[in-house]
Amino acid sequence: MNTFYFIAFLSIFFSLLVIFAKNPVHSVLYLIITFFTFTIHYVILNAQFLAIVNFIVYMGAILVLFLFVMMMLNLNKESEPNKSNLIKIVGVIGGGCLMVTLVAAVKGLAKSQPVVLQNPDLGSVQNLGKVLFGEFLLPFEVSSILLLSAMVGAVLLATKDPKQPKTV
Amino acid sequence: MEPLSNKRKVIEAKPLNFWEKAYIPAIAQGLSITLKHFFKKDVTIRYPEQEREFSENFRGLHSLKRDEQGRERCTACGLCALSCPAEAITMTAGERQKGEENLYREEKYAAVYEINMLRCIFCGLCEEACPKEAIYLDGPIVPSDYLRKDFIYGKDKLVEPPLNP
Amino acid sequence: MELSDLIIKLVLVVVIFAISLVVAMYSTYAERKIAAFFQDRVGPNRAGPFGMLQPMADGVKMFMKEEIIPTKASSFLFVVGPSLAIMTACIGSAVIPWGPRMQVGDRIIDLQVTDINVGILYIFGVVSLGVYGVMIGGWASNNKYSLLGAIRAASQNISYEISMGLSIIALIMITQTLSLREIAAEQHGFWANGWFTWNFFKQPLGFLIFMVCAFAETNRTPFDLPECETELVGGYHTEYSSMKLGFYLFAEYINMFVSSAVMATLYFGGYNYPGMDWVAAHVGPTIAPIIGVLVMFAKIFAFIFFFMWIRWTIPRFRYDQLMHLGWKTLIPLAIANIVITGVVVKLIQHFA
Repeated sequence: MNTFYFIAFLSIFFSLLVIFAKNPVHSVLYLIITFFTFTIHYVILNAQFLAIVNFIVYMGAILVLFLFVMMMLNLNKESEPNKSNLIKIVGVIGGGCLMVTLVAAVKGLAKSQPVVLQNPDLGSVQNLGKVLFGEFLLPFEVSSILLLSAMVGAVLLATKDPKQPKTV
Repeated sequence: MEPLSNKRKVIEAKPLNFWEKAYIPAIAQGLSITLKHFFKKDVTIRYPEQEREFSENFRGLHSLKRDEQGRERCTACGLCALSCPAEAITMTAGERQKGEENLYREEKYAAVYEINMLRCIFCGLCEEACPKEAIYLDGPIVPSDYLRKDFIYGKDKLVEPPLNP
Repeated sequence: MELSDLIIKLVLVVVIFAISLVVAMYSTYAERKIAAFFQDRVGPNRAGPFGMLQPMADGVKMFMKEEIIPTKASSFLFVVGPSLAIMTACIGSAVIPWGPRMQVGDRIIDLQVTDINVGILYIFGVVSLGVYGVMIGGWASNNKYSLLGAIRAASQNISYEISMGLSIIALIMITQTLSLREIAAEQHGFWANGWFTWNFFKQPLGFLIFMVCAFAETNRTPFDLPECETELVGGYHTEYSSMKLGFYLFAEYINMFVSSAVMATLYFGGYNYPGMDWVAAHVGPTIAPIIGVLVMFAKIFAFIFFFMWIRWTIPRFRYDQLMHLGWKTLIPLAIANIVITGVVVKLIQHFA
């Protein structure tokens, strides 16, 4: 349990640093560490597959792309446009709404039993596969279709309009 | 344009066939070529230990010759210095004293004989100009050094060692 | 876990660490020597007999050079970059089974640091983490060439990770497990049930894709665009000097060692060799695993040699060619490989 509190503290600490870091690249680097602490959480929960997938997909791929874009943009204080007050107010309202939703969701949860692993192999690949392709086949396939449509949409957006004259 | 010679070859850009597109056969061919070289004998000459054979007419470091009795042949006539296109040779003549007949062949000899190896172009004209067959460029490659003054070779470095010391 | 087990594990970790460092060290020597042989030259031959002490001389040179941190660089991240590169390179070898279980007296020793049940994915994760060392170092240098090198490294690694993962999926469909120990154990011997046991003979296309991706992931020629000196000066390590540069170069060689070990384990039977049962019956359960380890290392060195052979044969890709190969050739091939493997596995199950 102590490990959990330590790791949880680290996650919160680094996610706060993500927000408060002045340099966007540093912010992404803190985000990487935050995701790493999530990986450790999964390992503690004995969900090795989930942990390693989180590690590969989020830390190894998505955040590399984040970092990639941040490095390319080379954001800094001088080039950052000043936010108007309207945007600030909208941001505060949006954040507040999210906060309220989260608090309500957490409050709505009944205090559950502490997690006891009946089956130590619960997070193993075999079990996960059986559950995903058995019990939850439909949601799984639907989410894959969602991803496919997103991919097709991205390709459509990226390809040039043939009617437009070519600019080389 | 009309070709000037019949050596021109028209190359058509043919579309690659399947195996050419797959690149694998080409890569395998390349690998086999490099592997052939892997087992070839190397061509390196390990220089300080091993030296390349010079050709017969190689011109290297000069040497001032002695005759059959071990006397210096040079008579300091100055023809070598005159013929030198790079003006690398300087000398001072000296008169042979009594009792030095076993050292110098002629009555006049080179008291100082210097060749600036930085100027020398190893053309061999001094060799050709010498009437006494006293200078030959038959030595090795001139070694490198750190200071300019060390490239001015005096008699200590140029004269052949005595026959029977 | 008993104390003695713990000590054995610790010794194993230290030994593997030392071996991977020594192998990386001598890979630099081997690289120069092999390059020389491919070009009809001699290679380093001054330090010690046949130049065997050359790596030490190089190491001393690296340590003695001046440490330079550019004034405008982000100095902390500048140090983090190479450290991360070498760390991720070193931890990859933790799940590789170096030999079968060894029996010494009554004790059975696993010649593997840890056997987690998602071993392949662990290696995969470590490899994907390796790009951070390059990216952070390249960005922290505050140099346009370094940044371009870092960005190239990132996009190249991500692109090739996809086809690498897809090629592994086809392998996993055959092996039915993600644990490297089990995968190695399944390839026992050389011939069983009318077909080769080594996965290479079951997955030749998958192996080809995996190998190409391994070349790309380790930034070896023909995929060494992140450090392409004709275009980017030195790539991501333009600003680095001294041992920080040494770490980057070293990480590359350790990566090469680890990926050779992974390829040998996944596709070429790991520590298995033809006639291993006969050998095991004759020399006993203590010596036989050691022979297995030697066989494993022979395979690894063969792969390292292959890496170098390719390096001195094939010229570097152009960047668009690299991306075309990754996205338009390897990924469709890998997906086709998965489909074919699935169909064949199902057919074999149906008829056999």
